Amino acid sequence: MKLLPPRSPIKGSQEMLLIPCPYCGNRPEIEFAYGGEAHVVRAAAPRTVDDTAWTEFLYFRKNPRGDHAERWRHAYGCGRFFNVKRNTYTDQIEASYRIGETLP
Amino acid sequence: MDNLVQTKPMPRLFPLSGKAIDRRCTPVNGGARFSLRLPAASISTASAALGVELAVPVNRASAANGRTALRLGPDEWLLLLSEAEAVPVAAVLEARLTDGRYSLADISHRQTGVVLEGTAVTDILNGGCPLDFDLAAFPVGMATRTIFCKAEAVLWRQSEGRFHLEVWRSFAPYVWNLLAIVSREYAV
Ligand SMILES: [Zn+2]
Repeated sequence: MKLLPPRSPIKGSQEMLLIPCPYCGNRPEIEFAYGGEAHVVRAAAPRTVDDTAWTEFLYFRKNPRGDHAERWRHAYGCGRFFNVKRNTYTDQIEASYRIGETLP
Repeated sequence: MDNLVQTKPMPRLFPLSGKAIDRRCTPVNGGARFSLRLPAASISTASAALGVELAVPVNRASAANGRTALRLGPDEWLLLLSEAEAVPVAAVLEARLTDGRYSLADISHRQTGVVLEGTAVTDILNGGCPLDFDLAAFPVGMATRTIFCKAEAVLWRQSEGRFHLEVWRSFAPYVWNLLAIVSREYAV
């Protein structure tokens, strides 16, 4: 069955693109800044990392069609970075969680 | 603080003033503003020092003793004080927060504010701000940073039909003029 993207990422809502900030609750998408893929860990001692691993860290991202853990910042709000689990195809947001917490 | 006292509400900057009975627009002149950043461990000490409860939920206002703290984030407050209190408040925080793990920036001159009132105030604000102003979503006492068209803004709902809007000073002509344009649709 072909999966059609819903009009809003919040389940059951058909009104506006809302992103759930872990601190502020559901807020309009325009208040947020995208921060790229989440859980990309920078080596504690970059000089000890070889070129391949460093290139991997700097430039290579999963870019999946489907579930994706990504960082967002509530730029025009609380200002906090946090993580979101979003389906890149349906734009459905499954979860949002604070920095330091693990993917639910 | 002297510059702030001398800042006159220029008609060009406050085009909404006196335009209609139903929507009033009052510039907030004078006053001191601080941006306070605190780790969680210092919130109770700072609350006692200020005489204002800072441990309120994020996006809520807290006021006592003529001082107001808007909690804009988990570790960020916007303090609205009278000008006379700016120096004593900075001194008492420095004296009480002895570990020095806080930041207090005087942003009195960075921002300017306006109080908007009237039954159409939420409609006018929605002309540039995407927030839901239903009382269930944005109750009285809520205060948050948000966006008005392309300008960063802080909105504090003081009563159902009364909002305090703060913007950076250099954005003020842009925001006030947009508010004036939007409010033409709600002329009474
Ligand atoms: Zn937020």
